[in-house]
Amino acid sequence: MNFAPDSQAQAFRAEVRNFLRDHLPAGMAARTLRGYHARKDDMVAWTRILHARGWSAPHWPREHGGPGWTPLQRHLFEEECAVAGAPPTCTSAFMLVAPVIYHFGTPEQIKRHLPPILRGETFWGQGFSEPNAGSDLASLKTRAVRGHDSEGDHYIVNGQKTWTTEGHYADWLFCLVRTDGHEAPRRSAPAPEGRADPGSAQQSAAKPQRGISFLLIDARSPGITMRPIVSIDGAHSLNEVFFDDVRVPLDQRVGDEGQGWSCAKFLLDNERAFSAEVPRNKRMLARLKALATRLAPDPTLARRVAEVEAELAALEMLTLRALAEQGSERTTAWPAGSILHVLGSELQQKTGALLVQALAERGVIDYPEAAEPGALPGPAAAPGITADFLYRRAVTIYGGSNEIQRNLIARHWLGA
Amino acid sequence: MDFSLDDDQRMLQDAVLRLVERDYRFEQRRGYASEPEGFSRALWAKAAEIGLLGLAYPEAEGGLGRGAVDVMLVMQALGRAMPLEPFLPTMVLGAVVLRAANPAQQACWVPAIVAGDRVLAWMDAEGPPPGRWSDAACRARRDGDGWVLDGAQPAVLHGDSADALLVTARIEGVAGDAGGLALFYVDARRAGVTRAGWRTHDGRHAADIRLQAVRLGADALIGVAGHAAPLIAAAVHAGIAALAAEAVGAMERALELSVQHLKDRVQFGVPLARQQALQHRAAEMLMALEQSRSMAMYAALMLDEPDAAERAKALSAVKVQVGRAARFVGQQAVQLHGGIGVTEECAVGHVLKRLTLLETEFGCSEHHLAVVARAGGFVPAAVAA
Repeated sequence: MNFAPDSQAQAFRAEVRNFLRDHLPAGMAARTLRGYHARKDDMVAWTRILHARGWSAPHWPREHGGPGWTPLQRHLFEEECAVAGAPPTCTSAFMLVAPVIYHFGTPEQIKRHLPPILRGETFWGQGFSEPNAGSDLASLKTRAVRGHDSEGDHYIVNGQKTWTTEGHYADWLFCLVRTDGHEAPRRSAPAPEGRADPGSAQQSAAKPQRGISFLLIDARSPGITMRPIVSIDGAHSLNEVFFDDVRVPLDQRVGDEGQGWSCAKFLLDNERAFSAEVPRNKRMLARLKALATRLAPDPTLARRVAEVEAELAALEMLTLRALAEQGSERTTAWPAGSILHVLGSELQQKTGALLVQALAERGVIDYPEAAEPGALPGPAAAPGITADFLYRRAVTIYGGSNEIQRNLIARHWLGA
Repeated sequence: MDFSLDDDQRMLQDAVLRLVERDYRFEQRRGYASEPEGFSRALWAKAAEIGLLGLAYPEAEGGLGRGAVDVMLVMQALGRAMPLEPFLPTMVLGAVVLRAANPAQQACWVPAIVAGDRVLAWMDAEGPPPGRWSDAACRARRDGDGWVLDGAQPAVLHGDSADALLVTARIEGVAGDAGGLALFYVDARRAGVTRAGWRTHDGRHAADIRLQAVRLGADALIGVAGHAAPLIAAAVHAGIAALAAEAVGAMERALELSVQHLKDRVQFGVPLARQQALQHRAAEMLMALEQSRSMAMYAALMLDEPDAAERAKALSAVKVQVGRAARFVGQQAVQLHGGIGVTEECAVGHVLKRLTLLETEFGCSEHHLAVVARAGGFVPAAVAA
């Protein structure tokens, strides 16, 4: 164990910082820092800027177009981007489906889908959750039945997906569907927490995870209806998706038929892994400090802010530890993914609540997102804060609620 | 940053864990606590034998010359036993301040410390409020070539068994000034030193110590008179880091005991481990432990930070996080045990006692939270909020 300063890491950080200073458009950064959902044009433009430098897919292996960074470099990159106000790229594409495609997909699937993602040309949406399959994902009911016509073998998909983030931007959807021709098998209590930990679900013959397949579906296929879900912040980033006799060619299945759960488990592990969101937490804290100094210079709030500082210092060290320990095996001796997710999400909520507290009565206006900051009443810093606080109630729910994560953390010790 | 242990570190850690497992089981600890000094001289000798007491002292004086990370590993392993011995002042604080001693002083003091023949206690007569050592209540005045010390401090840990006291005294200025402080190495049996020893709740001993016109030679002064503040700060920071590591060890114990109890204890026909309310409590405790483990590493990392203000702020954040975690884990461990947890015969209560007292050493969490707040934290405020 050696904590001597790492000159390579410092040089890398400087390189990223310089790049951001030279290439991140100021207007884009200002919009992002206000905390509203990113606009598609900003996300696309930023992905292309990153791609020109070879940095659009920090997490991918070099052979598929990634920069070949270490986990620490990826962390530093994300931190610098967050603090500078870089918009996100399409998470569903870069972080979720792409690793599944290059891990389980055919060479044709890799060739067809990865390059356009890398260039920012295709957006993706996730079709996992259903109205009655949330944390208990394996109880999903959307069904795909095999068919054959003049154009070849295909599936006909019927059902409904929900919580599809940025589905209205999506060119493609990746979906879990039931291909065994049966209802999700009933199981004996207690229910395994499919959504949160597919791997440790019951091993009985009636395993609900069996018979699920992973499909890539063109979002413009006939029979797909996308409806907006307006979230608690009054904004539209979520969608529900209806499938009505949607034809999906057989070669758009990833992995074997009935083996989609392995892809899902792999993806969910990625989704949860090292998701403490230290960079976002830093950005929120930086905003809180600026606001608290200007609008609410009282010692009680200063102490609450200091609590966040101390917790964030601990979270960052915990993240660096996890990144170092995971190495190539993606495992640690402690349930890092769940712990980081719980701590990181709850810290975001705590910071968000303090931002609202610092804003006090100045935060009551539901600022129109499209308005120019100067045209609005109240402090220039106010727009976006309360909306972001409201939307961030979701961070302790998605990806397996924090209660599920606590079950998993406890299971690590108790084996119960 | 390299988080993996090298061979030397692994050997060191194994040696201490072996010592703890073989010689520091719960029943043995109970025996040590009932010895006259409140700790085991035999255990102390064994620690000296495997080189622990000299861990951070210079090799030239018989020490091992190891750094902050190694001290962390040792304190963490020792923490599992909730040691009664004066490891912190003797092994950690002494090693920091005696680095500033001149070669003759080092040659005179260090070999005996490393050999286990000389126990130290830390007397900075801080506060109120506790944690502000610059309020030092001891005064020192020049007396020819030497010095005369007056002052008092209640509850100096290990003060009754100490052979020497590391005393922070003010030679000029007023409480709170960073300047005007000096550090002295005071033979605890010197004329004018009176000590009244007490047992502490966690089984150790502490003494109310009074210094009345204690005459010292010039050779009792460590470093430069009037300029001891950086040295005292360095010692306190090393002390906080060591305490954090010790707390991690004690929290590991608390969690292990609790988990075993949840698995063993059957109520309503099922083990307690099947109750989700209790599972989630255990999950909270595990998170607190892993945060603290990371903070202990952060402390070790920041001990080498040359910017004193940055170092102070970081160590305060460590004390905040670890102190709160220690209280939470200790209290919940007793809760999870149910009735048996509040009995003297059950180990978990002793862990709670250790963790509770530990939170108060070198300033409590609230004190350090205020320090972090005053220092402006770590993350720069946004330019445009």
